[in-house]
Amino acid sequence: MNLLKDPNHKGLLAKLHLDGPLLAGLILLCVTGLFVLYSASGQHWDMMAAHSTRLVFAFGAMLFLAQVKPQTFHFWAVPLFLAGTAMLVMVLAFGHVGKGAQRWLDLGFMKFQPSEVMKLAVPMAVAWYVSSHPLPLKFRHLIVGFIMCAIPTVLIQQQPDLGTSILIFVAGVFVLFLGGMSWRIITAIALIIPVASYTMWLFVMHDYQKRRVLTFLNPESDPLGSGYHIIQSKIAIGSGGFEGKGWMHGTQSQLEFLPERHTDFIFSVFSEELGMIGVLFLLALYAFIIARGLIIASRAQDNFSKLLAGSITLTFFVYVFVNIGMVSGLLPVVGVPLPLVSYGGTSMVTLMAGFGILMSVSTHKRLLAQQ
Amino acid sequence: MIKKRQSIQDPAAESQLFNQRALFGYAVVLICFFVVVFNQYKLQVVMHDHYVTRADGNRIKLIPQPPNRGLIYDRNGILLAENRPIHSVELIPEQVKDISQTLMEIAKLIEITPERQQEFLKEVKYHRRFVSIAVKEHLTEQEVAIIAVNQHRLPGVTLEARLTRHYPYGELFTHAIGYIGKINAKELDKLEEEGVTANYAASRDIGKIGLERYYESQLHGQVGFQQVEVNNRGRVIRILDSKPATSGDDLILSIDMHLQKKAKELLGENRGAIVAMDPRDGAVLAFYSNPSYDPNLFVHGISGKNYRELLNSPDRPLVNRVTQGVYPPASTIKPHMAILGLEHGTVTEQTRIPDPGFYKLPNYSRPYRDHVKWGHGWVDVYTAITKSCDTYFYDLAVKLGIDRISDYMKKFGFGSRTGIDVMEESAGLMPSKEWKRARHKQNWFPGDTVSLGIGQSYWSTTPMQLALSTAILLNDGLKPTPHMGRYFRNQSKDTSLIAPLERVIEVKNPKNWQISKEAMRQTLMEQGGTGFNAFKGISYSAGGKTGTAQVINMAANQKYDANAIKEIHRDNAMFIGYAPAENPSISLTVTVENAGGGGSNAAPIARKMMDYYFTRQSAAGAQP
Repeated sequence: MNLLKDPNHKGLLAKLHLDGPLLAGLILLCVTGLFVLYSASGQHWDMMAAHSTRLVFAFGAMLFLAQVKPQTFHFWAVPLFLAGTAMLVMVLAFGHVGKGAQRWLDLGFMKFQPSEVMKLAVPMAVAWYVSSHPLPLKFRHLIVGFIMCAIPTVLIQQQPDLGTSILIFVAGVFVLFLGGMSWRIITAIALIIPVASYTMWLFVMHDYQKRRVLTFLNPESDPLGSGYHIIQSKIAIGSGGFEGKGWMHGTQSQLEFLPERHTDFIFSVFSEELGMIGVLFLLALYAFIIARGLIIASRAQDNFSKLLAGSITLTFFVYVFVNIGMVSGLLPVVGVPLPLVSYGGTSMVTLMAGFGILMSVSTHKRLLAQQ
Repeated sequence: MIKKRQSIQDPAAESQLFNQRALFGYAVVLICFFVVVFNQYKLQVVMHDHYVTRADGNRIKLIPQPPNRGLIYDRNGILLAENRPIHSVELIPEQVKDISQTLMEIAKLIEITPERQQEFLKEVKYHRRFVSIAVKEHLTEQEVAIIAVNQHRLPGVTLEARLTRHYPYGELFTHAIGYIGKINAKELDKLEEEGVTANYAASRDIGKIGLERYYESQLHGQVGFQQVEVNNRGRVIRILDSKPATSGDDLILSIDMHLQKKAKELLGENRGAIVAMDPRDGAVLAFYSNPSYDPNLFVHGISGKNYRELLNSPDRPLVNRVTQGVYPPASTIKPHMAILGLEHGTVTEQTRIPDPGFYKLPNYSRPYRDHVKWGHGWVDVYTAITKSCDTYFYDLAVKLGIDRISDYMKKFGFGSRTGIDVMEESAGLMPSKEWKRARHKQNWFPGDTVSLGIGQSYWSTTPMQLALSTAILLNDGLKPTPHMGRYFRNQSKDTSLIAPLERVIEVKNPKNWQISKEAMRQTLMEQGGTGFNAFKGISYSAGGKTGTAQVINMAANQKYDANAIKEIHRDNAMFIGYAPAENPSISLTVTVENAGGGGSNAAPIARKMMDYYFTRQSAAGAQP
């Protein structure tokens, strides 16, 4: 409101096109993440430095995208989607193999993971498509939207990278959902999934895949094999108790019983050391960021911005839920990091880029309205 | 297209739709978060204790600490079994890059046999990577120094020291003290049965024979524990709690090292056994079986070659002759027989019988020869003992009958274990009618009783049994429990191992016991006694009885000629004796295998032992 009354007297945040509450939530989350990482990495300063560097880079990306007008995203949505899809094909053809999966494209001067771009390109493109039709969506538009989601999902699934492909698929589907996918279809899908799963179990899945599913359902059945991670994680969480063992005093994490404790399983470290109180605080923080994201989306001026902002926000939630769910034994283990807390690479930059788009949507609407 | 879109779009309705969907989405978010919170509550609050236990199970390990084994001293405080550090060079696989390369490096510095190298490489495969494995044990001081100097070039290689048993007197005490060795599967089962496996969690060794085995539980001590925190690779991060091990109690023996040494010296190359005992309480002063062997070989794990040598030696060094050697007691039991005869009234002090040089059972033609061809003439109980007259005892035995002899002699401890504090003990054999029927499916013949009178005919005893029977005789029917262990000592107090005397024979007339003892005194102290020559000129008074045990049966007309028969078929020399005669403080039992007559071969040894004992006693002055 202040902005309208005195356009010449903008605050610093407004000048930088940043949303105050969202920025505060993100900074608080990242600082919390740094503390947990310090403990989880075993006071590893090199790791802290690398993580901080990435944080700076990620916030830079956010700041940059915040300055871009939503129309620009609208304009680039389709070219970006097409280029990303082409790169995914190239990855499969000439990609760089790392850790048993083909995800990287060597551009000569840098290695590049096209699937990260697609995390934003897919919701942008689907939002572009959906917003070009009146809402709620008609069935044929819905089919086209699904296909747009499915193509990159299948390509990424081939790499193989289950976690990312799921995230990209849901990012697209969220656009369709927010765009008014009919409840009948949603209900139908909800009914089809269990039936389809059971059919897959009977006729499609290999024995080793079945074993994975069984291990997920009962990790204790394979305590030294694939169940080890989840058992140790649950021990860490459970032994933390209500108040936690204290920062840097988690035995499961400090004595290295917990695998992948600075990356995918960092939530277990957090739970063990800070207890249920800490977890409640963390969930509240995530809930706040998601709420703020959805508010920004609902206040956006045009459908494209609404759908894109809403999808980015809900996808962020999926990250959180899938990660926490997998380390606490609610969901199967799929390699999804805890957003903005886990140590690691490109996903953080992409996430912050997404928040950059939210900032842009949030701060450019007035100007749009005046035009 | 743009026209079409603009014509149909209704921004307000679209905005409302979006808001509904966003709100619904947020509701799902909150529901999911609630599920997460509920799950966290289940894990962190409801099942908290369960997971704490499991987390502690992950990180907390108990490391047992071995106790120091109790030391063993002789009665003078001389150390007979001690704990010495042995050094080994060990290696932790986790900390070594190239194990075979490192092994080569070590082999360049100290000698490691190719077989050991192979064995070691095999061991590495089966061990956990952070547990150190011995490359070579029992390093010499020089080897320790060489490794110490070069250790900086060998990361992951360590020098370790642990305590192990050492017996400084080597073969001198092997049969008495025994030795310890690695716990085997059978012993482990036994420990499990007794429910003491936990106490051996850190122990490698256990008493195998002798006192080490008998007093295992007291000597071993109590295991200690260190509670440590480990990481996921088992490396110790810090010590949380520790309960130090309690050393085993020290064992002080009644054995006198000097007397033991003397016994060994006196037996020399002969096979045999010497027991010196204080008859008043059964305290064993010397316990020696010859030949012996070095117990330290067994502590370190004896080689197959050395073991076979010991096992197959015709001298049978592994046999503990004191408690496992079974010999016919021969004439040494004549004093016991005399007491039975007197107490039963078969003979009196005045009874005299004629000895023509042989004895014949009524209605039998076979003569039982006396060791003096022409006989001893008229013989009373004194002469019968001092001159070891066989005919007198043939006659006495026949008059008493097998049942009475067998019952009475069993009271002297014949035919059963003495209860001395070693487990390697034979019960010997006191024959009886029932025994012969069961064992030989034969009836007891009168001829069997005849030779029983002179301690032959199936009767077999161990030297320890003879020593015990002598003590019972000297104590007028009171039995001490023979023992080498006198007391245990730990920081707080001493625990005596001496048991009180126990009446095993009712005395009818004390005079009868006196008669037998007087006859034994005369045997050594008076001209004509079979032990007189051996004890000529002693400065103290003594009593005793000689014995010469036939190893092979002679035909009635055959004459024994020591030179004509193989050494192992020669007679065993036996002797029991004590001093001072009036109030004995030491008794001696000497058995020398295949040495010939007891008077000339066993009695002199006993005399020298007594001489040495009293010389040391007087040198020690007022000391007991």
